[in-house]
Amino acid sequence: MTMQLVEEGPAATTDEIMTVVAARELRDGVVCFVGIGMPSTAANLARHTHAPAAVLIYESGTIGAKPTRPPLSIGDGELAQTADAVVSVPEIFSYWLQAGRVDVGFLGAAQVDRFGNINTTVVGDYAHPKVRLPGAGGAPEIAASAGQTFIMLRQSPRTFVERLDFRTSVGHAEGQDSRSRLGMTGAGPQVVITDIGVLRPDGSGELVLTALHPGRTVQEAVAATGWPLVVHQALQVTASPTAEELRVLRALTAGVS
Amino acid sequence: MATFQSLADAVASNVFDGDVVAMEGFTHLIPYAAGHEVIRQRRSDLTLVRMTPDVLYDQMIGAGCARKLVFSWGGNPGVGSLHRFREAVEQGWPRPLQIEEHSHAGMAARYVAGASGLPFGVLRGYVGTDLPEHTATIASITCPFTGEQLTAVPALAPDVGIIHAQQVDRCGNVGIWGIQGVQKEAVLAAKRSIVTVEEVVDELDPRVRVVLPAWVVSSIAIVPRGAHPSYAHGYYERDNDFYQAWEAVSRDRAAFASWVDEHIHDTGGFAEHLALVDRQVLPA
Repeated sequence: MTMQLVEEGPAATTDEIMTVVAARELRDGVVCFVGIGMPSTAANLARHTHAPAAVLIYESGTIGAKPTRPPLSIGDGELAQTADAVVSVPEIFSYWLQAGRVDVGFLGAAQVDRFGNINTTVVGDYAHPKVRLPGAGGAPEIAASAGQTFIMLRQSPRTFVERLDFRTSVGHAEGQDSRSRLGMTGAGPQVVITDIGVLRPDGSGELVLTALHPGRTVQEAVAATGWPLVVHQALQVTASPTAEELRVLRALTAGVS
Repeated sequence: MATFQSLADAVASNVFDGDVVAMEGFTHLIPYAAGHEVIRQRRSDLTLVRMTPDVLYDQMIGAGCARKLVFSWGGNPGVGSLHRFREAVEQGWPRPLQIEEHSHAGMAARYVAGASGLPFGVLRGYVGTDLPEHTATIASITCPFTGEQLTAVPALAPDVGIIHAQQVDRCGNVGIWGIQGVQKEAVLAAKRSIVTVEEVVDELDPRVRVVLPAWVVSSIAIVPRGAHPSYAHGYYERDNDFYQAWEAVSRDRAAFASWVDEHIHDTGGFAEHLALVDRQVLPA
């Protein structure tokens, strides 16, 4: 895999490439409901680079949070200190998310399927799981009610699966118009950013590989996908992180493990 | 009317074996001191309710207090798994743990219904997910006005609601600011309630956003740093090192058991536990 050399500083890591590519998806002024971990880091990178007016909402009830570094939890004190408003948890989910005031829901996942449905509940059988994952949290309603959703996860046969062990949050359901027939107000997943590349739904809602990160190959992407992966005719290569993007990202995450 | 009590007395007079107990605090103001006291008094067969069972419920589940967990997200935020919770679900240790699993929006609707004295809450949620298949307390309902298919979830009405807050005035009115979670709903939905607070003040701080009047709270106990390792806005920061160190303590049954003995059963109260924490870096 090719590492991108930038002036002054080590090459971008896989996580950094994912984060930078994800951050670029957020337009300035977007109202984004942010999941913890990489989505939160990406959203904060966006706010510190091209999208200073992005409004970050965390499920802890902080609206317009402006943390100086990505928080460890969705309820860190700095989120409340820097927010435009702090509301209760019932209010954030009802008045703000359910009522349609969120443009983008930015989620992580343990598993996705070809239609961008998400599992964060169990690996294996529900009653006797191999791995008990944290569960739904805010994701099912974010996935249902945000204007669109962006998803970030590392791509492997264990994470990109033919069949989810549990459907925690709905993407494009079974494809075609099955999502809208469920009565969902949001448009569902519009982009999935992985360590290998970028996938976007085609007209049927199936995730198609539309871009590779520099140095990654179609073969790697296919091998890391548990269903027959469709590759877009006009496959792109994502632009390497710029020196500025990496500088800001590293300043944001300095001292954060 | 709120009674000022020691935490030990507040737990002894409000929390009983077999109770449904909701301890709330969304990352902020998690009532750790009260949870430790429940463990110390060896309460058992509890149904523990909490949106985000984190390290506190990991401790209570590992200590054998719980028969059932009602929740929406069980993890160590930003760190990883709850190993005691996982071992209870995956291997039934130290005892099998029944689970009733929801989403945050569903749990929030259940608390609001409970606080409102309604039998159920309603939301656009769960549709198309596998949750309704495994959780009996999720049902479809038709809006009588528009015909829209919505989801109903039953009210939460815990026997006891337990929260931590920044302040109480001398009359027993409780004040909270910063991230407020479902603190208010957890108290109002419950039959009885315990509020631990950082301090008693003559007048509540002007930053206070949520006030629980004295007459809706059963017991108040003054417990400085009672939310550690979570935080109390305006008083102390979240102890992220503790959350990270918990990973190693909780991974191993024996390490966990000796931690519970040393920090809970062999201490007289939360202040002694805090003194231990201040003195030592958690075994890594």
